[in-house]
Amino acid sequence: MSDHLRVNPILCDAHGHCAELLPELIDLDEWGYPIVSRDSVPPELAKETRRAVSMCPRLALLVERRSSS
Amino acid sequence: MTSGAVWYLMRASGVVTLLLLTSTFMLGISTTSRLRTSRLPGFAVLGLHRSFSLLAVVFLAVHVVTAVADPYAAVGIAAVFVPFVAGRSAFWVGLGAVSLDLMLALIATSLLRARLGLRAWRGVHWLAYIAWPLAIGHSLGMGSDTATLWMRVLAGGCVALVGGALAVRLWLADGGEKHLEAQAA
Amino acid sequence: MTVRLLPLGARGDISLGRHLRRYGALPELGVELVGEVERSGLTGRGGAGFPTAVKLAAVARKRAPVVVANGAEGEPVSAKDAVLMTLNPHLVLDGIVAALATIGGSEAFVAVAARAVSARAALERALGERLADALRIRIVSVPDRFVAGEESALVSFLSGGEAKPTFKPPRPTDRGMLVQNVETLANLALIGRFGADWFRTAPTVLGTVSGAVRRPGVVEVELDVPLSTLVDRCGGLAAPARAVLVGGYFGTWIGADALALPFSEKSFPLGARAVAVLPHGVCGVAETARIVRYLAAESAGQCGPCVFGLPALAEALDSPERVAALRAQIARRGACALPDGALQLVDSAVRVFADEIDLHLRGRCSATKVAA
Repeated sequence: MSDHLRVNPILCDAHGHCAELLPELIDLDEWGYPIVSRDSVPPELAKETRRAVSMCPRLALLVERRSSS
Repeated sequence: MTSGAVWYLMRASGVVTLLLLTSTFMLGISTTSRLRTSRLPGFAVLGLHRSFSLLAVVFLAVHVVTAVADPYAAVGIAAVFVPFVAGRSAFWVGLGAVSLDLMLALIATSLLRARLGLRAWRGVHWLAYIAWPLAIGHSLGMGSDTATLWMRVLAGGCVALVGGALAVRLWLADGGEKHLEAQAA
Repeated sequence: MTVRLLPLGARGDISLGRHLRRYGALPELGVELVGEVERSGLTGRGGAGFPTAVKLAAVARKRAPVVVANGAEGEPVSAKDAVLMTLNPHLVLDGIVAALATIGGSEAFVAVAARAVSARAALERALGERLADALRIRIVSVPDRFVAGEESALVSFLSGGEAKPTFKPPRPTDRGMLVQNVETLANLALIGRFGADWFRTAPTVLGTVSGAVRRPGVVEVELDVPLSTLVDRCGGLAAPARAVLVGGYFGTWIGADALALPFSEKSFPLGARAVAVLPHGVCGVAETARIVRYLAAESAGQCGPCVFGLPALAEALDSPERVAALRAQIARRGACALPDGALQLVDSAVRVFADEIDLHLRGRCSATKVAA
């Protein structure tokens, strides 16, 4: 079981703060919407990940606990 | 501390609070207009907005404590939170009380945002558009004769800054914003 | 006796009496039906092909489960659900009753597209003959939009919201709502009567055929018949076929030679079994672009990659690099499968119409007419 990032695309409004805070795991597509890495969140980025989740103005970034896929 | 010093501290902290609230408000408006420069990424604007709001609360606490402590101001602790129960200048103090109450609601809901969900948080957060003008009104109404002009200039400056931020926001919304619109059949 | 979903001569009497004479009474059913359904191997007939027994079992565990019969059929080239509801409403209602008994629910909805007037009328008349069921089954008109029939969109609409997909989790089954295509439910009613063994030997499926055939319409066929059989039942080809769209706008293109293949998932993805024949002379790339533009217009408008990606995809068909770049930015980034469906369609078009794209890149096109 590990933590994985996920974006709720309905809430997301392309503010882009997540990609600014977590460029290792989040890229932006050509329209400004986040492309999130499918890999699990490495422990050294846990703090930054929590910050990115908190900084999303739309509460669209989530961390899900699941078996690695 | 002499009562005179307390009174000055109350005034000074009030002014600083107003400036911090104005900055907070402007930064809040900027987050929605997605102003972005290479030196200041979007999340930084949001981070500043949150930091300034918490700083404003600190100075607001000083302002309130000194107001209650100062015998000349004659503000009881109830009047801090409940509008229009103070003896003198009940109306102007009351504006401050309402503004403070709204601010507390804003901050509490923001701290609990993840648990409340977006819609509830957003509904309360719009109250900022009432809280800030009330703070301006409170500042203007609470002047003593010697300070009135100076205060009016300051308040006017704050209003101009917020007006500017709003204008930029609306202008950007017309042109550059990405809109998600339900595509009608 | 051949048991059929669309009884022959059904245009006449579809009364309850006739229905009972044809199929017999629906037996008392309960949660044991789940095991029977599992043995039968019944999968959803709405396009996703999800194992029905799994859904039934998941919902049966919930408090106050609800059955939603999905007849919304937002796919423009599919008509089988409307035809089934119009010609055999009692079997669909039986399926709902069977599902309610299996999952222990007491409330059901039938979602019918606003434009499917005859289907709604037939269902209402049928419910009028079974008042006990009329108390717990409600017919609801849903908007004529492509995404309105998506599971979560349907549940959202029935809960008082918009007919737009929602973020998962929670899935409808998590919320105790069993959403099943009306054809799946009709099959459930038949399995309830005749058992899993019967179903394993003689299941039939409904398919819609349109495009360059003489008599477009809905047909009922056994599994694994050649695709050409469906075309023959519709009067045969009206013109030589260039390609076939299988699964509707949400489906994939196959070459005309695949008409000889069995109409089964082993040959090509079937989706909701809506088949459209593209004749020679109509440009497949242009048709695909038109379909993608339609899908883009039907987007719920909630997710950026769909709202921006699909219109871009429609204009990118002649350029494989652009399509690849868009695929990376669209795939699995919506709240529903609409963008992925469009990508799947485009991928198949690039494969099947490779020669056409070649022509386009040289400034030409093989089209001699515009598709209807």
